[in-house]
Amino acid sequence: MAIPKVEELRFNTAHEANMFTGAIPRKDWMDTPAVFKEGNYAYPTKVEIQEYHKFPNAREWNPEDDDWLLPDGWEKIIMDGLKERLGKFRSLKVYMDICVRCGACADKCHFFLGTGDPKNMPVLRAELLRSVYRNEYSVGRKILGKMLGARPMTVGVLKEWFMYAYQCTECRRCSVFCPYGIDTAEITMMLRELLHLVGIGINWILEPAANSNRTGNHMGLQPHTFKDNIEYLVDDIKEITGIDVNPTFNRKGAEVLFITPSADVFAEPGIYTAMGYLLLFEHIGLDYTFSTYASEGGNFGLFTSNEMMKKLNAKQYAEAKRLGVKWILGGECGHMWRVIHQYMDTMNGPADFLQVPKSPITGTVFENAASTKMVHISEFTADLIKHGKLKLDPQRNAHRVPTFHDSCNPARAMGLIDEPRYILDAIVPKWYEMPENTIREKTYCCGSGTGLNTGEIMELRMRSGLPRANAVEHVYRKHGVNALANVCAIDRATLQPLMEYWMPPTGDNPMATTDVDVIGISEMVGNALVMDGEIENRDQGLRFEELVPREEG
Amino acid sequence: MKVLNPFIAVLVLIAAGGLLGMSQGTQFLVGIVLPCVAFLVFIVGFIRKVLDWSSSPVPFKIPTTCGQGRSLSFIKEDRFDCPTTKADVIVRMFLEVFLFRSLFRNTRAEVHDGPKIVYGSSIWLWLMGISFHYAFLTIVLRHMRLFTEPIPFFVPVIEYLDGFLQIGAPVLFASGLILVGAAAGLMARRLIMPQIRYISLPADYFPLLLIMAIGITGMLMRHFYRVDITQVKQLTMGFVSFSWNNPGGIHPIFFMHVMLVSALMTYFPFSKLMHMGGIFFSPTRNMANDTRAKRHINPWNDPNIKPHSYAAYEDEFREFMVGAGIPVDKELPPEPAATEEEEK
Amino acid sequence: MYDKGTVLTGLAIFLVLALSAVGYNMIAGDNNKPEPEKPKGYTSCVLEKSEMAKSHMQLLNQWRDEVIRDGKREMVPAGDLMVEKSLQNGCLHCHTSKVKFCDRCHEYASVYPYCWDCHIAPVEPAAGKEAH
Repeated sequence: MAIPKVEELRFNTAHEANMFTGAIPRKDWMDTPAVFKEGNYAYPTKVEIQEYHKFPNAREWNPEDDDWLLPDGWEKIIMDGLKERLGKFRSLKVYMDICVRCGACADKCHFFLGTGDPKNMPVLRAELLRSVYRNEYSVGRKILGKMLGARPMTVGVLKEWFMYAYQCTECRRCSVFCPYGIDTAEITMMLRELLHLVGIGINWILEPAANSNRTGNHMGLQPHTFKDNIEYLVDDIKEITGIDVNPTFNRKGAEVLFITPSADVFAEPGIYTAMGYLLLFEHIGLDYTFSTYASEGGNFGLFTSNEMMKKLNAKQYAEAKRLGVKWILGGECGHMWRVIHQYMDTMNGPADFLQVPKSPITGTVFENAASTKMVHISEFTADLIKHGKLKLDPQRNAHRVPTFHDSCNPARAMGLIDEPRYILDAIVPKWYEMPENTIREKTYCCGSGTGLNTGEIMELRMRSGLPRANAVEHVYRKHGVNALANVCAIDRATLQPLMEYWMPPTGDNPMATTDVDVIGISEMVGNALVMDGEIENRDQGLRFEELVPREEG
Repeated sequence: MKVLNPFIAVLVLIAAGGLLGMSQGTQFLVGIVLPCVAFLVFIVGFIRKVLDWSSSPVPFKIPTTCGQGRSLSFIKEDRFDCPTTKADVIVRMFLEVFLFRSLFRNTRAEVHDGPKIVYGSSIWLWLMGISFHYAFLTIVLRHMRLFTEPIPFFVPVIEYLDGFLQIGAPVLFASGLILVGAAAGLMARRLIMPQIRYISLPADYFPLLLIMAIGITGMLMRHFYRVDITQVKQLTMGFVSFSWNNPGGIHPIFFMHVMLVSALMTYFPFSKLMHMGGIFFSPTRNMANDTRAKRHINPWNDPNIKPHSYAAYEDEFREFMVGAGIPVDKELPPEPAATEEEEK
Repeated sequence: MYDKGTVLTGLAIFLVLALSAVGYNMIAGDNNKPEPEKPKGYTSCVLEKSEMAKSHMQLLNQWRDEVIRDGKREMVPAGDLMVEKSLQNGCLHCHTSKVKFCDRCHEYASVYPYCWDCHIAPVEPAAGKEAH
């Protein structure tokens, strides 16, 4: 799919006629059908993947076709599914009933700001389902019908659901501003579950989910490959720092099981973050092990269904139990941490075979993880820094002027906001905040979360990432920011192309792809660590980039 | 147009109230039967809706954290935007219910050439919303003078404060003006702002128009048509003592007012107005952010959902694992009839 | 998790608040129509009784404006009698007791006009037992 040149999109996002730029649609939203064309939808799930998951109605189908090859009686399947979920989720029931359509959420969604499509206003996204709910459950629906905003379940409605449930990254920014805390994520999660009941889903989510189930990680890396990949990083670390780090795999009796998104192990710039972990653990002499079986921190089940989320997540406790570790340490990731923080213990606990996490280095007991027994790497690192257990040289990061991007889930589902900032203060000479409406609990999504980081919808991703890119551009111009720090693997995978697109390189380095590098906090931690026995006057960063030379000896 | 039908509906209600209020015989209907039935529908409908909500469990603890959570001792937590204890949750809920905390955050985004997305403060929605609700509450409490005898102490206090400006006789209550003004503002917002207009349903216009009509008939009754308040109270005391005591001679505008209020009470439990109860039920607001510290129980958690087991995983990859020096639980069979199938 | 206890407590509070007026009336209820004491020896007022009941406050306001601001102090007829446009010398000429006349309805309807911020309330004939 050809994506427009950045100049073109720069003009379009500000000037094309859409609801955000001030144009008013001629037709009511209920009379505006969803039209699928190459580039505005993610590809449907492959037949073999659907079959692997034992999902119903596995078939070849094309969203651009009129006929989606739905099973017989699909309306009943959907309505029964809705009924079941209303009985299981109080959130859904309440959110179906109480929205007053005040519109406070309307211009809070990055998809709306980037596309101006009225159905990307969170309120309308939810109305897509609410209208069907009302038609089934509202008092007076028989007489008032459309007056109540009710409409029957039709193929057209189903198509809208597919389009707009997958133009939501479940980032929950709208729920911060909603006077009742209505969470669109709750609604699109239900929509996605309902769609799966009739065989509608996207491959970019279900294939990684299948891989994760079988091989332990999204990319389907088999155990030996997973280990090999980390060993490449070990070699690079040796070359850059002269230090031998010795990670272990599936080692029984280790104190800590370390789980991180597999993207940190195989893809730039995530691998540099993984090098940071390796250096950090070596620096403090942590007794830890990787697992190839539970080699995925991420959980695409969160984007599929609560059952799938549980199934994929269950590996983490199962492996911790099998290896007999004391507690689990989790790497930098957004949605992984939503699952761990808000779902894991409920779904797969109680983890009574583990101990309340206690830092073996500082003795700090992580009471906030007393039940789940899983600690975030930023919490762990901040505690080490506080206790002066790390020998850090912030000057090693002097070539970076970062800003910090709060990822949706740590910010809005965990309240993990200041730990990474505390770390940043200790590892770089200076860094800058983006404007206040774009950070902390009001942070913007990278634009490609919840399994939407697929190539075929690139323009959509660049549009939905615009609010984030725009805020980065602001601090880039104002303070010369050249690094976008984060604690999320999906961010590292998606902000990189976002920056490459919106912030193309202006310098004279022919290798540069953007003026703003996307970088995990742990990469900068690792880069700042002064290791015992390291190369004297180390002059390379973890990306083999040149460090700023020392002024005085 | 979506606003037309609700407008007509309110006009019909006004006309019906006026007509039924014209003769003593029909006054019985609109003066006591209707309001009592409406009140009953309101109470029963409200409770039924709340019980219906609570018949579904809250399977997961999903607070929206709007600030720093409690973690390390040296990281300052934001207790009320990201509460960890029950007490802090209560404070958060108090701020939501009484001060509209979340709506207070409201901003307005605009895109300028560049593109440059800018955010402006947009406190108007909060201001209109909170004025509207407090004016409504004040009015409801003030009306207690019509349903109690002797009148409890707080009613004259509220009336004194509400009539503080001492304009006219009978004194003008600020709450009436604020209610109608704020409702008109909220209405104008729906009609003028393209985004809001696009999402608005008849079900959004109707309650606003209805409440405006209630406010306007109320003020007209007080300041223009004049009703004998002692006569009105004779009648309204009938609502709480279940008796019909019509002194006669009350102007039909009173019955219009009662008709509209009855319509509001009847409509309430079946509409978005249930946000009054619903705000207490939102799991993103009423739960503590302590999910890693305390296990939350999901009553329908399915114990039969198991992960792809380690044993099955090892069975599939044992050779590679052994080859790569990764420890295994079960060693390879002594004579590996190796079908060297390299998968990539 | 259902939080049954919290939900039921909340509903109980709702019910108590919603039905408070009914309950109050059952316990403390008193719906006797107020009976302001009629002046002795006078049969007619400046307007019909029903008009006076509804709108005396507007008339008083009007009188105040005419007398104080415009100096129009002419007398007004009340049946055969001519009375002053005055609260103290007009109204109270016949209705001699504030407590037994004004306050009876005012208290019933929770009306506390600011007349008496400036005017001195009349000395009650019956030694002010009811005065407050």
